[in-house]
Amino acid sequence: MKEYLLSVHHDDDVPISAEDMEQSIKDVGVFNTELRAQGAWVFAGGLHSASTATVVRIVNDSVVTTDGPYAETKEQLGGFWIIKAPDLDAALELAARGARACLLPVEVRPFQDDSES
Amino acid sequence: MPALADEIEGHFRREYGRCVASLIRFFGDIDLAEEAVQEAFTIAVGRWPDAGVPPNPGAWITTTARNRAIDQLRREAGRHDKHAQAALLYGCTAGQETGKETGKESGQMELDDRLRLIFTCCHPALNRAAQVALTLRLLGGLRTAEIARAFLLPETAIAQRIVRAKRKIKAAGIPFRIPGDAELPERLGAVLMVIYLVFNEGYDSSGEVMLREELCAEAIRLARLLAELMPDEPEVLGLLALLLLIHSRRAARVTPDQQLVLLPDQDRSLWDRDLIGQGQALVRACLRRNSPGPYQIQAAINAVHSDAATAAETDWRQILRLYDQLMACAPTAIVALNRGIALAEVEGPGPALAAITDLDLDGYHLYHAARADLLTRLGRPAAAAQAYSAALLGAANFAERKFLEQHRDAAAELAGRTG
Repeated sequence: MKEYLLSVHHDDDVPISAEDMEQSIKDVGVFNTELRAQGAWVFAGGLHSASTATVVRIVNDSVVTTDGPYAETKEQLGGFWIIKAPDLDAALELAARGARACLLPVEVRPFQDDSES
Repeated sequence: MPALADEIEGHFRREYGRCVASLIRFFGDIDLAEEAVQEAFTIAVGRWPDAGVPPNPGAWITTTARNRAIDQLRREAGRHDKHAQAALLYGCTAGQETGKETGKESGQMELDDRLRLIFTCCHPALNRAAQVALTLRLLGGLRTAEIARAFLLPETAIAQRIVRAKRKIKAAGIPFRIPGDAELPERLGAVLMVIYLVFNEGYDSSGEVMLREELCAEAIRLARLLAELMPDEPEVLGLLALLLLIHSRRAARVTPDQQLVLLPDQDRSLWDRDLIGQGQALVRACLRRNSPGPYQIQAAINAVHSDAATAAETDWRQILRLYDQLMACAPTAIVALNRGIALAEVEGPGPALAAITDLDLDGYHLYHAARADLLTRLGRPAAAAQAYSAALLGAANFAERKFLEQHRDAAAELAGRTG
């Protein structure tokens, strides 16, 4: 089994209707239950908007803290799943179900295995 | 002994896809499989000149490469992945195992290996350029330098493309698997598209040479392989038929000094009768299956052209009917344009021009060339010259440019005289 990060990027400025939001929360809940039931679930979570982010970096050996996300792009990480799947085809299939549920594109990225690192 | 060197090279080229595909099943690793075949090649170059070419070169290459790969795995003591361990375990008995396989079973397994590899190379998680490069490399056995030359790109660009794709297959876990029935039509579509693109790159080459025949030949080789692997897929047969029929006209399509000759003006005695026969037989086989698709219909259109002893004898009504059918299943602007060209032969240039005028093909040079031709036939040389100029902006190669320039100049001269 490999592990994959399914990340959901979205634009905070693009509003989503109340009904869509409600339906999407319901559908994501169903999807999460399915993930658990089929043993694909590792972890998942939704994030507060990117404006709540704080970046910490080390500059000249001291800690510098800045308000806001790391990358000032319109599209920001909104949430993610970590799943187990036998191969990319299986992961893509789950990603498609996730995308349908959350109404946003889902990026699939493999985690490095122990044997690769 | 250059003749033998060529022969060895030829054997490896022919056996490459089969051999790499079966080693990938065995070891689950593309790089290991490729390195092993390369090592077997080096051994063959050293040994065959003295020992002679073995009676079954293909089996020799596979066995030698498999043994090299097993040695390689043994040397890498640090390799912990389970697939390698398993391969090592089974590898010790590989010799006997091959002996036990009946010819039919191992033959089928080899076909399946290559089919799996084709679907991996054309996986939708890889971009189209990567699919094309990887298919030519792993199944066609083309070297990176050859692919680069064929696509007129620097070798480093192709090498990077292939390395990145192979890395992604491994890291992301793209499986070596024949897709299930539900996803097969879409996945097969990508495979057919890759083969078609390889052919087209050879046929409508973007270089100074109009036709890069080796690329067309490679596409036909891949299409034949796919037809052997999936003999029950009508669109696979349709693609093969289409490529054979188009390729049958290669000698008539370009003059020795690289001038483009359009279909009506071609010397039909130069057409390759053997390829036409094969293509038409495939089209008939497709018709019997009665499960038409875009490649089969395009093949049928080309078969109608191949049937005509002279351009004047072309059955344009039949071609127009086929284009109507093609529009029903693949309604693209390019198909509409080609239908318009057939319409001109049935109903005349006026209705044809009306049919193609509003097509959204401003960036497609052959659209302007087709308009230019219709305008010429309608006695509007000034507008025709303008359209030829528009076509020239997008001309792909020397032969096309020269062709369009001549026609533009002729139209402009006529416009000057009459206007």
